[in-house]
Amino acid sequence: MSKAPNDYLLHLADNAVVLGQRLAEWCGHGPILEEDLALANVSLDLIGQARLLYQLTASRMGGRASEDRLAYFRDDSEFLNYTLLELPNHGPLVGYAAAEMDYATTIVRNFLYSALMVLLWDELQQSADADLAAIAAKSLKEARYHLHHSADWLIKFGDGTEESHVRAQAALDHLWRYTEEFWTPSSTEEAAIANGSGVDVRSLRQAWDALVADALATATLKRPEARGYIPEGKHGRHSEHLSYLLGEMQSLARAHPDGNW
Amino acid sequence: MNTPALKDWPLWEVFVRSKQGLEHKHCGSLHAADPAQALRMARDVYTRRQEGVSIWVVPSMAITASNPDDKGELFDPAADKIYRHPTFYQIPEEVGHM
Repeated sequence: MSKAPNDYLLHLADNAVVLGQRLAEWCGHGPILEEDLALANVSLDLIGQARLLYQLTASRMGGRASEDRLAYFRDDSEFLNYTLLELPNHGPLVGYAAAEMDYATTIVRNFLYSALMVLLWDELQQSADADLAAIAAKSLKEARYHLHHSADWLIKFGDGTEESHVRAQAALDHLWRYTEEFWTPSSTEEAAIANGSGVDVRSLRQAWDALVADALATATLKRPEARGYIPEGKHGRHSEHLSYLLGEMQSLARAHPDGNW
Repeated sequence: MNTPALKDWPLWEVFVRSKQGLEHKHCGSLHAADPAQALRMARDVYTRRQEGVSIWVVPSMAITASNPDDKGELFDPAADKIYRHPTFYQIPEEVGHM
């Protein structure tokens, strides 16, 4: 069995934990009770995926490595998640604006990411790394549900009222450029492709485009143009938002290292 | 933009069949914009702890309910007709559990 590079596993795990943490911000603040629960469910699915991947990585790293050390004691530049997933639950703001959680931003991001993950997990079921393949099989079912959930809202927002349409389009325009990062493999991804443990993301692009185009058409939303900027979150170069997110997520574990409760 | 916007989402009654259960049981209600969304929300609200293997949602509007004020005339007359219970028969052993 060829093993996936540890950084490849961490990339997948960091994606899941960072988006899981972002979505958890909605807990108790959802627009309606049912959505509050739905987003908490999605968040917990993602944190569950991250735990499996961190546990696997830690067991392979040996020594003092553990899932908690990987999640709570690495710094922002060591995180290998897509930049898309660390962005706040709202669009760009001027410096003095009061941040307001925007459900369209949350939904559009979940849609763009889960559209990728249904394809990626599906392919990863055939990974030469049997442990990763098993995690992929479990995660695929969850990703399919996340896609249904977000696509349903995307269509309701896009093909909804004038305001919901405008806000969905604005969220799409804001987030679209960050999906560019999906399509350029990092050296870690190249290594994973080479030993058969990873998937070449470029091979998924056509299917992703079709899936997204279909939903956008139903939602009467316009597909934005990418403007040449390629984020580098999966290389460890992040926006400032990740530092604040980790600051909150890691503070408890760092204040009480190895605490148990 | 073909469908008119709904100000208030209709109410749906949720029925869930558990793993061991043979029938769907009423477990609550929720508001949702359409049947597919009602199903999804029922999944998120009522089956988070592995309560079910199948869900039905029914528009509450589609249910015609008896009026609580009619309880007396509808149900009380059955109270003194215990002969309707099959407790006056001897069941042959071969029949087993009924």
